[in-house]
Amino acid sequence: MIAFVVRRLLQSIGVMLAVGLIAFSLFNYVGDPINNMVGQDTTLEQRQELRERLGLDDPFFVQYGRFLVNAVQGDFGISYRHRRPVADLITERVPATLELSFIAAVLALFIGVPMGVYTGLHRRGALSQVFLSVSLVGVSLPTFLIGILLILVFGVMSQDINAAVGFYLVPQLPTFGRGDTVQLGWWSTGFLTKSGLLALILPSITLALFQMTLIMRLVRSEMLEVLRTDYIKFARARGLTNRAVNFGHALKNTLVPVITITGLQLGSIIAFSLITEQVFQWPGMGLLFIQAINEVDIPVMASYLMMIGFFFVFINLVVDLLYYVVDPRLRADKAVSGGHQ
Amino acid sequence: MFLRIGFTSGRGFFAATLIAGFLAAMALPGVKTAEAKPFKWAFQGDVQTVDPHGLFETFTLGFQLNFYEGLVSRSADLELQPGLATSWENVEPTVWRFTLRQGVTFHNGSTFNADDVIFSVQRINTEGSDMKVIAGLIKDAVKVDDYTVDLVTEQPDPILPLQLEIFMIMDKEWSEEHGTTQATNVKGDDQGNYANLHANGTGPFMVVERQPDVRTVLKANPNWWGETKSNVTEATFTPISQDATRVAALISGDVDMAYPVPVQDWKRLEGAAGVSPLTGPEARTIFLGFDQARDELLYSNVKGKNPFKDQRVRQAFYQAIDIEAIKSKIMRGASTPSNLMIAPQINGFNPALNKRLPYDVDTAKGLLSEAGYPEGFEVTMDCPNDRYVNDERICQAVASMLARIGVKVDLLAQTKSKYFGKVLAQNDYDTSFFLLGWTPSTFDAHNAISSLMSCRVDGKGAFNLGGYCNERVTELADLIQVETDPEKRQALIDEANKIHSEEVGHIPLHQQPLSWGVSDGVTVAQRPDNMFHLRHVTVK
Repeated sequence: MIAFVVRRLLQSIGVMLAVGLIAFSLFNYVGDPINNMVGQDTTLEQRQELRERLGLDDPFFVQYGRFLVNAVQGDFGISYRHRRPVADLITERVPATLELSFIAAVLALFIGVPMGVYTGLHRRGALSQVFLSVSLVGVSLPTFLIGILLILVFGVMSQDINAAVGFYLVPQLPTFGRGDTVQLGWWSTGFLTKSGLLALILPSITLALFQMTLIMRLVRSEMLEVLRTDYIKFARARGLTNRAVNFGHALKNTLVPVITITGLQLGSIIAFSLITEQVFQWPGMGLLFIQAINEVDIPVMASYLMMIGFFFVFINLVVDLLYYVVDPRLRADKAVSGGHQ
Repeated sequence: MFLRIGFTSGRGFFAATLIAGFLAAMALPGVKTAEAKPFKWAFQGDVQTVDPHGLFETFTLGFQLNFYEGLVSRSADLELQPGLATSWENVEPTVWRFTLRQGVTFHNGSTFNADDVIFSVQRINTEGSDMKVIAGLIKDAVKVDDYTVDLVTEQPDPILPLQLEIFMIMDKEWSEEHGTTQATNVKGDDQGNYANLHANGTGPFMVVERQPDVRTVLKANPNWWGETKSNVTEATFTPISQDATRVAALISGDVDMAYPVPVQDWKRLEGAAGVSPLTGPEARTIFLGFDQARDELLYSNVKGKNPFKDQRVRQAFYQAIDIEAIKSKIMRGASTPSNLMIAPQINGFNPALNKRLPYDVDTAKGLLSEAGYPEGFEVTMDCPNDRYVNDERICQAVASMLARIGVKVDLLAQTKSKYFGKVLAQNDYDTSFFLLGWTPSTFDAHNAISSLMSCRVDGKGAFNLGGYCNERVTELADLIQVETDPEKRQALIDEANKIHSEEVGHIPLHQQPLSWGVSDGVTVAQRPDNMFHLRHVTVK
């Protein structure tokens, strides 16, 4: 078990190195950072001097090597745009992204799983059809558009709608930013203020919608499959309550693929929250990264990409470990086969 | 509960404060109330630094001018005014003497005097400074007494004071105390990083909170020396990068002012209650340029020669462009067509020279045949797509207009980082035909003549991407730089502009519009250089 974890962690280093190599080889094609860092009247000599100071004329593997050497010493460089250490910037932004991702993941799971179970059990129910049609919207509309639509309804049109219907139908919600935050040590949280919580509503729904529908559809199809198996029939034959059959036996057996997908999706939520963050001006890592791309802020881009690489490997590892918890067969196999995974 | 809270945000809250303020005023007759007027505004990006010597960029400098000040300042219509200096004179051709304002204090309470000016001149010469252009103008700064400073230039510089608004003065003692005696540096140690996030200026507002990319809160400086009509006591700035989100924030009342607003959204703002677009001419001229330096174009099907070396081809391109169509169809009628490379707000602009060649497809076709291209030719056009107002759409329009005279334009529109990385000097001017925009940072014609129109020699012509070269124009640039007699100087400027126009060195298109969105009840002043200053804001 420990050997397995260690091996996975070593692999994660390999993944991060590969991500870094690919990233640095691509930075040549993103554009030139210098022109974003100086004013229009800066002379050619001064531009060239800055370029040399930053080592931008070196081949990409030299730049990559230099980044790595500094990174292992804990120095991720200084952002071209913010003129501050990248490590500080990322530390500042992590809480915003993680809080948003956490809420989105919770929404996705706690709404998606029950909806999946329901649609699995009541295949022909009218409500199921509604859920399924709505989920189609969630799967097919791009996140960007969903965000803009929510802003339109809850930011721009809410007053007009309320005026038209004559009562308070659509609440007006914050459409950008994080609201007021409270500093707990280095962690800034929006969970403790009214405006912070309100600000979470639209972005977290936007971010959760796709995952929610994905989970719902997954749970539904797994449920349909499991409900057809012999042991479910047998359980019913034994006269167990519907509740025990549906949740104790059926749902539990659908969980392995659900955990895999949810785990992987958690990685995507964090990594791809950048679109949501951009639409709602959410000051997280994703927004930092998007702006870094616009300004060709190489130290920020490099650090972010490698960190996301690590996230993915780490989440996969956690998912693998969860299998052991959920699926007793894996534990049994391991005992029989002597610990090979 | 949540639903109720919705009411108190934005406009509702705003109205509530208004009513509260009104009631307070009623309750205390005869008492002049200094009502707290909060003001919120948004821009598409954040200031990159609050270090006034860190980045020479319009938005950053404009933002900093709320809390830092230069020796001179400019009014809302760009007129030069006294700033931290009350007067200045050219005591010798190479010496400008500035008399400093007395009784001015920095936000931390320390007194402003000549030492701070000398210190600031030294600071813009340090490694990380992006104010080296200004530093290059000043050879030496000499303290005459506590409130008199001489700025010595290498050669006579008639327009030095024009360029000093954005050279902001920092407090020597404060900088030394916080170890920020050098400008914030992207590369290297943490020198200057304190000033990167903290500010201590003399200006009408003070920075009270700064969270990069989230918000910056400014408070009115009660001890400011100047007069202001502004009743803003606290102002919150939020960067909102997405156009749609920014416009939505304005319409929903979450911000009182937002810019830029996409030209396409003006109609929506006009239709929405409580907000309206605010537009005006910007001092930025948009123009097209050609590679006239190479013997063969890099991106064309014409081999062995360069068609753009032929003035007739350049003129054909000029006359093939229907500038009024661009104005009405793409710029919503808000651009100002131009025949000069400088805008009316720029010192040296002469309206007599601003008459465009007529739009005439037949003449253009004839010129092209005369030059030996009756069937036209192919050329690739470089264009940014996120730098100027509707830049890519202008390029598309130009491409389709040129198609009418047989020129097939292959359009390469890219994001600004890639575009500038390709076409600028560091990549050896890798372009055949391009669109560019320019505002002289000095608000003087010399800057445009020297940077855009002069041959690429002795540091001139740095943004002359096509290598247009007329030796007389280049010579004129040097003469204009040192000519102190205003009339003679204007004659020299006119001569340079005339030659450039006659030879069609570039094709000036228009001055682009400024595009802001403002809530009703808020008045702001729109500076033609797109700077926004809180001192001009009043909130009803």
